Amino acid sequence: MAASNTNAPTSDVTPVGAQAEAEAHRLPPAPANNPHSLAASVRDAAIAAFLAGVLGFFFIGVRTDIAPGGLDLRMRWGAWIVSILVVFAGRLLLNIFVWKTDKPITRRVKTGSGGMSETVSKTLKYALLAFALILPFFFTTFFPGKDRQFIDLAILIMTYIMLGWGLNIVVGLAGLLDLGYVAFYAVGAYSFALLAQYLDFGFWLALPLAGLLAATWGMILGFPVLRLRGDYLAIVTLAFGEIIRVVLLNWYEFTKGPDGISGIPKPTFFGLELKRGEGGFADFFGIAYDPIHRFIFLYYIILALALITNLVTMRLRRLPIGRAWEALREDEIACRSLGINTRNTKLTAFAIGAMFGGFAGSFFATRQGFISPESFTFLESAIILAIVVLGGLGSQIGVVIASVVMIGGIELLRNLGFLQQVFGSGFDPVQYRMLIFGLAMVLIMVWKPRGLVSTREPSAVYKEKKRIGADMVAQGEGH
Amino acid sequence: MNAETTMKTIDQTAPNWERDPVLSVQHLTMRFGGLVAVGDLSFEVGRGDITALIGPNGAGKTTVFNCVTGFYKPTEGRVVMRHGPGRQDEAVDEVTASGLRWKSSDKGAVFLLERMPDHEISHKAKVARTFQNIRLFGGMTVLENLLVAQHNPLMVASGFSIGGILGLPSYRNAQKEAIDKAIYWLERTNLVERADDPAADLPYGDQRRLEIARAMCIGPQLLCLDEPAAGLNPRESAELNGLLKYIRDEHNVSVLLIEHDMGVVMEISDHVVVLDYGVKISDGSADFVKSDPKVIAAYLGVDEESEIDMPEVLEDVEKVVEEADTTKAGKSSASSRKPAAKAGSGKASGKTPAAKKTSSRGAKVPAASKAEPVPQGLLDTGTAKAKPAARKPASRVSAAKPTGTSATATTVKPAAASKATKSTAAQIKAEKPAKSASGTARAKPAAKAKVAAPAASEIKIADAGNYPGQQPHGTKKPRAGGANNLTRVKGIGPANEKKLNALGIWHFDQIAAWKKAEIEWVGAYLSFPGRIDREEWVKQAKVLAKGGETEFSKRVDRGDVPTSVPGKRGAQPKPSTGSRKATGKGGKA
Amino acid sequence: MSGAAELLLAVRGVETYYGNIVALRGVDMDVHRGEIVTLIGANGAGKSTLMMTICGDPRARKGRIVYDGMDITQMPTHEIVSHGIAQSPEGRRIFPRMTVMENLQMGAALVDPDHFDKDIEKVFKLFPRLKERIAQRGGTLSGGEQQMLAIARALMSRPKLLLLDEPSLGLAPLIVKQIFDAIRELNEKEGLTVFLVEQNAFHALKLAHRGYVMVNGVITMSGTGAELLKKEEVRAAYLEGGRH
Repeated sequence: MAASNTNAPTSDVTPVGAQAEAEAHRLPPAPANNPHSLAASVRDAAIAAFLAGVLGFFFIGVRTDIAPGGLDLRMRWGAWIVSILVVFAGRLLLNIFVWKTDKPITRRVKTGSGGMSETVSKTLKYALLAFALILPFFFTTFFPGKDRQFIDLAILIMTYIMLGWGLNIVVGLAGLLDLGYVAFYAVGAYSFALLAQYLDFGFWLALPLAGLLAATWGMILGFPVLRLRGDYLAIVTLAFGEIIRVVLLNWYEFTKGPDGISGIPKPTFFGLELKRGEGGFADFFGIAYDPIHRFIFLYYIILALALITNLVTMRLRRLPIGRAWEALREDEIACRSLGINTRNTKLTAFAIGAMFGGFAGSFFATRQGFISPESFTFLESAIILAIVVLGGLGSQIGVVIASVVMIGGIELLRNLGFLQQVFGSGFDPVQYRMLIFGLAMVLIMVWKPRGLVSTREPSAVYKEKKRIGADMVAQGEGH
Repeated sequence: MNAETTMKTIDQTAPNWERDPVLSVQHLTMRFGGLVAVGDLSFEVGRGDITALIGPNGAGKTTVFNCVTGFYKPTEGRVVMRHGPGRQDEAVDEVTASGLRWKSSDKGAVFLLERMPDHEISHKAKVARTFQNIRLFGGMTVLENLLVAQHNPLMVASGFSIGGILGLPSYRNAQKEAIDKAIYWLERTNLVERADDPAADLPYGDQRRLEIARAMCIGPQLLCLDEPAAGLNPRESAELNGLLKYIRDEHNVSVLLIEHDMGVVMEISDHVVVLDYGVKISDGSADFVKSDPKVIAAYLGVDEESEIDMPEVLEDVEKVVEEADTTKAGKSSASSRKPAAKAGSGKASGKTPAAKKTSSRGAKVPAASKAEPVPQGLLDTGTAKAKPAARKPASRVSAAKPTGTSATATTVKPAAASKATKSTAAQIKAEKPAKSASGTARAKPAAKAKVAAPAASEIKIADAGNYPGQQPHGTKKPRAGGANNLTRVKGIGPANEKKLNALGIWHFDQIAAWKKAEIEWVGAYLSFPGRIDREEWVKQAKVLAKGGETEFSKRVDRGDVPTSVPGKRGAQPKPSTGSRKATGKGGKA
Repeated sequence: MSGAAELLLAVRGVETYYGNIVALRGVDMDVHRGEIVTLIGANGAGKSTLMMTICGDPRARKGRIVYDGMDITQMPTHEIVSHGIAQSPEGRRIFPRMTVMENLQMGAALVDPDHFDKDIEKVFKLFPRLKERIAQRGGTLSGGEQQMLAIARALMSRPKLLLLDEPSLGLAPLIVKQIFDAIRELNEKEGLTVFLVEQNAFHALKLAHRGYVMVNGVITMSGTGAELLKKEEVRAAYLEGGRH
């Protein structure tokens, strides 16, 4: 714009540098000791260690046991010294690499993973996909004893991935904060369950219907919230989720209320039931029956559904409607000035998001074989939303990572017997898992406030694809 | 200019906006609660014209925009958008009666925008707009921004997403074309290098241009720009002018713009509409509007025209300062430099846009008025344009009202005044126009004598009855000792001083004696009702009449106020010692 | 200003980055007490960044900023402001859901409430328009009125140093003049020190005692307003559009 402006200053104007020099002596002196020197870091760490020592002396160093005739005082010098050393070393490392340096390592990590290179993210995607495809056989081969448990966990994670992707359309792309997403999950599940119970529908026939019904409910929810923004939108969607659950709970004649619906049929493999004996899947292919087959089959169903969700979402992003969703998130008023019917655009987002929720719901029903309103509480909505937010709004791969971390993490915490060695025999990690889980979420959000994958990939490219940093991307309504 | 839809014979000599309006705003009223933001406003936007909507802040300009583009529903009134040539009055009446929102025929199409939702106005009626505070999709790339603008055609091409999901080739072709169109506009706006960068990353000026490019991508017939030059430097503004002219000339798009930058408005506008407090106060060509006293009072500011940001002003200022420097030792007192500079700059701003086009400097200075006794004799008016329309009944004294440029105004002055005051003031006044005309004009003392020799001792104003209140008492001549320097009152500049002198107001004590009715009359007469109260002229005058000083008068005497004449005259005739240059306001060092 | 004037704000070798993109590449600048200093430059040159860096957001990665004898380079923004720096930021940033009055009260949050009535009278005198709109919400004001409000709000904090980012943006010529007059008056009457970033170079240089020109994050020229106005480079780049 102003290439010619860069002309150097000319003669009769005071050179800036000289003026600066002349007046430099008037400035107060700079702090004598550089706050970023190693010595300062060590001193700071030593102070911290000293404080840890003082405080820890009573908390860690002294232990009281109940002994006959009173309390028995025991000194734990080892633990005390270890804690001091840990504080010193930790503080020193943080000082050197994060707090007292010109180039904090966190910044490097942030920019590094924020701008995750094209090839790395692509490789990661394909590696994850390949692993997902062979996952059941990986577990049956390497963990024969625990394969059922692991595959079941994989199914659960995959369900949440699908739900996360579905919600991502509404929250991540269109920027409409939806706290009642579980309602569509419930609609999908109950659609299938009721169709099966009253009309003897099978899974495959009911699946599209469940999706359609959920999409319809998505539109029904969409209408009243069209004009709402921000907190109001969130609250109304939250209420909607609760209304659906309460109706399911109280409409006893139709839904059996809190008793739930049981005996929901299992999916068939092209008409073959995965059951023992005559006419079953194993019998037809002439292999020995193994209950694991059913798990593997369910896993592939949910994998396929999830991949369809992903594929459609990715396609939609590159279509005018997807671009309109993102534009809506960025600036609704500008959208309207460009002739975009924001009402229809929002409704489409709600409907398509709800449809995938509905698919996932009927899968849930068929996997469990039994559903009740208890499965569709607000906590579910919160977890799905947390997956989306943690993963990074609008990021597909982020949802995968967040699902694995969150759902896998919760399950993993059930099996943390080794923590008992650390915290003593009285420690039951299962009791603390929600606490640990919440703490982990807080830490992740502090570390990456815009989610794990916080870059946006442009939907159309002229010459060179450049990823867009999260700080540029608007979050839409309700954030 | 009142746009009635009833059939009327359209004069072929009528301006384009009456013959072939692309947009007609008719009796538009917008109320917010009790506040009337726009009141019964009517104007038209000519097809292929660049029309500017100007006015003070809060005058309702953006509200008009929001009504036109459907972001507000007008409380009352009609907004007609036409595709295809001519007024199509029959079709307009038909649509209005039918309750439809629009109707297309073989002659074109008619849209009643007040009935349409905002997205349809953009999509169907092809009215695009930009925003005062830029509204880009910051997290999307520049290219994506332009693709979003082509949402509707692409949506059809993608088979409402179904064909797109299936990956049909027709959509891919459509997308390719859309990208080509986007690149075309990016090339026009010099943004093609930034196509893949997020819009929020662009510097401010680029964002402004991108918003225009995005609006053009919807293929509009009318482009509405809300302060497109705000925050641009003069070079960028000039580029913007080029772009808007290109859009008008090469794409036949009509442009309606809100703008404060007079450099932009006056240079490119074919038609200017001026609002104040939601009411139209002037409407016409750029030349007409800028010489309209009401516009000057409400928007440009009386005597403050020199403050309009125009680079040319600077040149003239410096030229005049130089001249003054060289003649400093001569007869003229030091104080004459200031008014000379001032007059020069005032004139320059008055005719700047015109001067850009024509080399002849004084050529397009709007003629002072139709008053034929040639009060503007000091100016070479041979080529001056006649005013487009006569408004007030002509009279000698009303001709003395400034009509836009202080240069012309200063020439108009009762002869008595200049004769009586042989002091520096007379010299200043004689010199001013001479300087301002940059050599094209010569002082003709004879002209002064001809001007307005009031018949009676009392000053008679022909249309005095047209103004509310009561004309203040004036005397033909100042008292012995000369007139006071009225410009030491904040709010009175040389032009106003002239006008007051013409009314027979020479002294502070005269102003100090004004009552409410007189204030009202003078306010109306000077075309800025209310300002006398606001600036407390009477209070200031009372202080000054007693020989006191106000903050402002001190500054005037120091020469810090370019719009006032330094120096005390009259009672204490004393040439000012103000020796600072007009440009060197900051040059205290 | 005389050379002996006290240095109020000194910027030395300041470098600022947005992520990895360098916005300021070693800026040196002085503002003396009682001075009006303007910074002009093209869009994207880094003018606003410098102004924001003075307020500590974003932080300078290198260099020092000394205000009134204090090193404020690493000082939290709210502390910087509490020492008497007020800013009318780019893009106005008024509180859109609060009324004009409430916005002004927010501006006066750090000031002794006894001053409030007098101060508010003062800003209303500067901007009579705001008085008319006193109960209206900030977001419903017109663009120019919002600009006035932003400046008025900054003045309510009784600053020693007023930072103005493009005060003329979106204002009618008459109002621009009023605002520049007001700045001059505040400077002359009350000795308010003003640092002004302006696109409107002509006005700004006329008003300012001294000016700096910034190109691509570096100061390339400095001098008195009048000196800069005369410079061919300045005029070519910032004053005379479209003549090339």
